[in-house]
Order: sequence, then C-alpha cells, then structure tokens
Amino acid sequence: MPEQPQVERQEDRSRPERAMIEIRSVTRSYGAFKALDDASLTIREGEFFSLLGPSGCGKTTLLRMIAGFDNPTSGSISVGGQPMEGIPANRRPTNMVFQSYAIFPHLNVEQNVAYGLKRLKLQGGEEKRRVEEALAQVSLTGLGKRLATELSGGQRQRVALARALVMRPKVLLLDEPLSALDKKLREQMQVELRRLQQAVGITFVLVTHDQYEALAMSDRIAVMFGGRIAQVASPKEIYQRPVNRQVADFLGGMNFVKAEIVEENGASLVVDTLGFGRVKTDKPKAFVRNGGGATLGIRPERLRVLWDNATAKFEVAGKVVERHYFGEITHLIVEIPGLEKPLSVTETNDFGADDIPVGTSIRLAYDPEALVAMAD
Amino acid sequence: MTAAAEGSPLLRMTRARRNALLQSEPVQGFALISPTFLYALILLVLPILVVIAHSFWTQNYLTIDRTFTLENYRIALTEPIYRDLLWRSLYISLTVSLFTVLLAYPIAYFISFHGGRHKSLWLFLITIPFWTSYLLRVMSWKVILGYNGVLNSGLMGLGIIDEPSTALLYNSSAVIITLTHAWAAFAILPIFVSLEKVDRTLVEAATDLGDGPLRSFLRVTLPLTAPGVISAALIVMIPTVGDYVTPKLVGGKDGVMIANAIQAQFGKASNWPLGAALSVTTMLIVTLMAGATVLIIRALQRLAR
Repeated sequence: MPEQPQVERQEDRSRPERAMIEIRSVTRSYGAFKALDDASLTIREGEFFSLLGPSGCGKTTLLRMIAGFDNPTSGSISVGGQPMEGIPANRRPTNMVFQSYAIFPHLNVEQNVAYGLKRLKLQGGEEKRRVEEALAQVSLTGLGKRLATELSGGQRQRVALARALVMRPKVLLLDEPLSALDKKLREQMQVELRRLQQAVGITFVLVTHDQYEALAMSDRIAVMFGGRIAQVASPKEIYQRPVNRQVADFLGGMNFVKAEIVEENGASLVVDTLGFGRVKTDKPKAFVRNGGGATLGIRPERLRVLWDNATAKFEVAGKVVERHYFGEITHLIVEIPGLEKPLSVTETNDFGADDIPVGTSIRLAYDPEALVAMAD
Repeated sequence: MTAAAEGSPLLRMTRARRNALLQSEPVQGFALISPTFLYALILLVLPILVVIAHSFWTQNYLTIDRTFTLENYRIALTEPIYRDLLWRSLYISLTVSLFTVLLAYPIAYFISFHGGRHKSLWLFLITIPFWTSYLLRVMSWKVILGYNGVLNSGLMGLGIIDEPSTALLYNSSAVIITLTHAWAAFAILPIFVSLEKVDRTLVEAATDLGDGPLRSFLRVTLPLTAPGVISAALIVMIPTVGDYVTPKLVGGKDGVMIANAIQAQFGKASNWPLGAALSVTTMLIVTLMAGATVLIIRALQRLAR
C-alpha cells in the first residue's frame, strides 16, 4: 500500500512541474530592518520544500506571509496561481502546523481535528469520516476522545498535523514542527512526515534551522541568510555544491582551502592551491569571479585515510594533530604543510581510525570531483 | 560507653526528624497561612457562628430568649416585604454583574490584545478612580443623575427633554448604574488576567483553520477566558447583594435592598434574631446563586464547542 503512491509520484515528476507558490521580490521591513529582502522563489506542486537557515534569517517571516499572518512590504505572493494580496489567512488555501502545535486545550483530539470542518457543515457523517481518516493518517486512531492536555509531545504534533491535513489544503506549512521533540522521536517523525507527504501528495513547505532535517526530508531546499535567499537546489546539490562559504558552513563541516584561479572557461576552473597543488574542478553555475582568488571546499568525509602502502591517484600528506571520538566515526584534525588551517577528516571506525595516535604522519586520498569551487 | 553509643544516634535521629518536620511542605504551608487563618477564624468564622446562633433565638425587648425557634426564618421567607427585598437584591446584583462583565470584557480585551507596550499604564489608569473614597464616587453619581444634575441639564440643553427627569435618581436603575461603575475595575482585572493567559497562536490556529475574527473569538478566546468571566461575575455579584451604602445614597424608596433591612433590624428595629435570620438566608441564597452562575457559564462554554 505505501509503495503505490511512490510510483505515482515518480510518474508525476517526469511531467513538467507546475508552480504552486510563486514568491516575487518579496520584501518585509520593520522600520529600517529588513526581515526579508527581495526574495523570489517558486515552489512546485506536490514537492516537499524546506526553508533552511539560522534564526533571524527570515524563513519564518516568509512562511507567515504565505499563511497570511503577515503581509509583504513590497512584492507579491501567489498560491495555486491565485494572488494572495488582500486575502486574509482564514480564506487562504494553506494550513499550518505551528511550532508550539497550538492544540486547543479546551477540546479533545477529535474536536481539535474537526475544528476547521465544523464551519463547512458537511453532510451525513462526512465530517466524522474525514476526522477518522486524518487520525489514521497520523496513527492516532482510537485516541479521539483524549483531552489535549493528556497527550505527549509527539502526539500533540500528530494532532496538529491531522488538524491541518483534514482541511485538504493546497499547501501545508510547517513551522519548525520537530524542534520540540527529542532526538529519537524527531528522526522517526522525519521519516513519517516524508512518507505522509508522499502519500497525500500535498505541497509541504517546512521551516527549519536543522540542516539534517532539511536534507533528509526535502525535494528542494532554499538556504537563507539575513533575509536573503542564498541558494535553492536539491539537498544533494546544496550539500555537495554550495554556492558560497556561508551555505557550505551551515550544511555541516567543510574544509576551506585558499586558491588562485589559473584558468577559467565555460564549464571548468583550474586553480592552484598550496596543499592540493593544481586542481581542475567543475565551475558551479552560480560562480561569479571576484578577483583572482577563489575558495575550494571539501567535506571532511570526502577525505579518506590511506592505510599502509595503499596509494591513490590524488593524495595529500600530513600529520594528525587532534583526534575526536564520536562512536561510529572519528574526527581527525590533520595538519598539511602549506595550508594555513589543518584539515578536518571524518573516518568511520571500522578500519581503526580511532586508534591512530596523535602525531602520526598519514596520507589522505581525495577525489577532485569532491572539491567545490566557491567565489571569494 | 554503650549507653552513650546508643543514646547519641537516637538523639540525632529525633533531631533529624524534627528538622524534617519543620522543613516539610505542609508544615511550612500551615506556618505561612496561620496569621491570616487565625484572623479569619476570630473575626469571620466566630461572628458568623454567633449570627447563625442568633437566627434561631428570639428577641424579648432587651433580652434574648435562647429557646430554639424557626420563627425568624418563617418571617424572612414569607413576609412579603423581606421576600421582595431579597428578590430585588438578587435582581440588582445579577444585573450589575451582567452589565459589569459585559462592559469590562471589551476593556480587558483591548488592553490585553491591543495594549502593546502600554498595558501596565492602561491598568494603572483604570485604578485611578479608586484613589478617591467609595462614598465620593457614589456621591458623584448623585451629581450626575440628580434633578439638577449633569445628565438632566445636558439633556435639557440639547432640547431632548423639557423639564428635569426624576426617573434617573432614587430607584433601582440608579443603584445598578452606580454599582456597575464602582465594580468595573474588579471585573476588568480577572478577565484581563485570563485573556493574558490565552496563547495567541491558538487564535492564529483558529484563523488558519478558516475562522474569521468573530468566530475565533467565540470558539477559542471566549471559552478559554470563561474562568476569568466566572470570577469577575462572582467578585461583583457576591458583595453587591449585600451592599447597603449605595442603595441608601442613590436608591431612594424603590432602591432599598435586603442589606438595608438587615441593618435596620440590627439597628433601629433592634431585632437581632430577625436580622440574623435575614443575613443567613441571604448568605445561603448568594451561595446558591454563585453556584448556579458557575454551572451556567460552564454549560455555555461546553455549548460553544
């Protein structure tokens, strides 16, 4: 049963994607402060889209403007092809899962879920049927009579989800829905949310500051900093090909290496670095040259320790200066002659990386494909 | 040697137990409330017991006949004058609490939801009338509602009436107007507190689920502030039943309330047992009315779902 929607979805994806939400140069100012600065974005129908960024980057402001709780100072937002200007929150085809869940404390689970349906005055048991369907979707069947105050954090979250889904919105907005849950439950809910989204096929827009959450659940991610959208791409693209150091840094560890541009053409860059020598890399689409310098980035897990006499086509030699043990992995800090900052290397522990003594001289293998060029 | 060895742990244990007793929460709680508790016991519970005892006795000119009798209650409940006074008192206090809550709610709502940074300033402004004596505030209503009062001269000046109206002062409406004003602040505060406790995202959630401002107010804000409304209603209702200064000053002949009769029995009429019986009856009826109010508001709250 859960397989079927996935197949359908893949067929959907081959069709031209239709826009569900269009955000056109939206700015939101509070006096001199711009919470959102000229943001433009298209969110496609049926996709799981994440707005990712540190607190204060404007992601929640944007979400609240889509919901209708806030209005752009300039620019426009449309949902499902319909301009949203002047349409109050209660008449928008969107529903929201609030960070605090906002479960009505004076109502039980069923009444909470049925809240929005009451106004529709559905005929002949339709309301009850839809409430039960929504409760089943979030695995809360049988808990309908529970009071909101008798629920655990995870259950409250599910009620909030069911209450929004039962309205069958065009877009479901989720404002940091998992941030109040403990780590284990959060990971479980990530999987469930993703599965649910694929089953119902509704466009999900998630706001989060947790990069792993965004990477694990989304079809596409918009990374935001200081009210601006820095990059919009698939999780893989964002992680592997960040457009700048800020994005690279926000999405996990990244080693940065100073580079001099030797040659630049349409698709590739040739740069000189002190530690890695002369390297030829793909030129990112968004790369705009700024002087003769650039930055090369490589993720710690893309550097591999070479054991004994093993060799690789591309390698750098250095000395272990620090070792940090994390259970399944070990972080090695490796000083490379010529590099101003030591490289950070993540190695799984199945070959004994956790036993490499500090001070050992080692060689690291890398793939030039893993080196990503960023404009300075 | 052995005795000392046995004695000292024992001593230590009793001391430990005593410390534990002093530090236990119930003991500390009792210690904290005991001054108020004693005060209430001596000045509230004992007088009430005395009043209850008197209500079963008979006044014999200057002495009290201490044989048990229900005669006073028969008079209190069947004499038309007392029955009427009781009904009128209940009617006035119910009307006053209804109007007070109706007037106080929008004010509390405004301060809580739209008061912004000036919430405490607004609350402070509301308390300003209470800087003057209660009597002064009642007297000022006399000035407003009187024959040559502000309202009459205003209405005459506008040509709405030709001669001063006597319908404004010295009746139960005047009592209701004065009491409603006098108790407004006491109703605003509990309602304000309960409004402050309403999580604003709940209102947003209601809006998100399709409710307009009025619907979300009726379905979320109002039910959640029912406790505040109940306490406001009770805070106003209970003392106003027994108010006797206001009816005396602005009530005239038609505005007399039960407390005025009770005062007369304890004073001029010098029939303490009857006064006591009237007091006890009033107390019981107020208790019943308060209970009924709570039940009615709770029922309305359930209905709002």
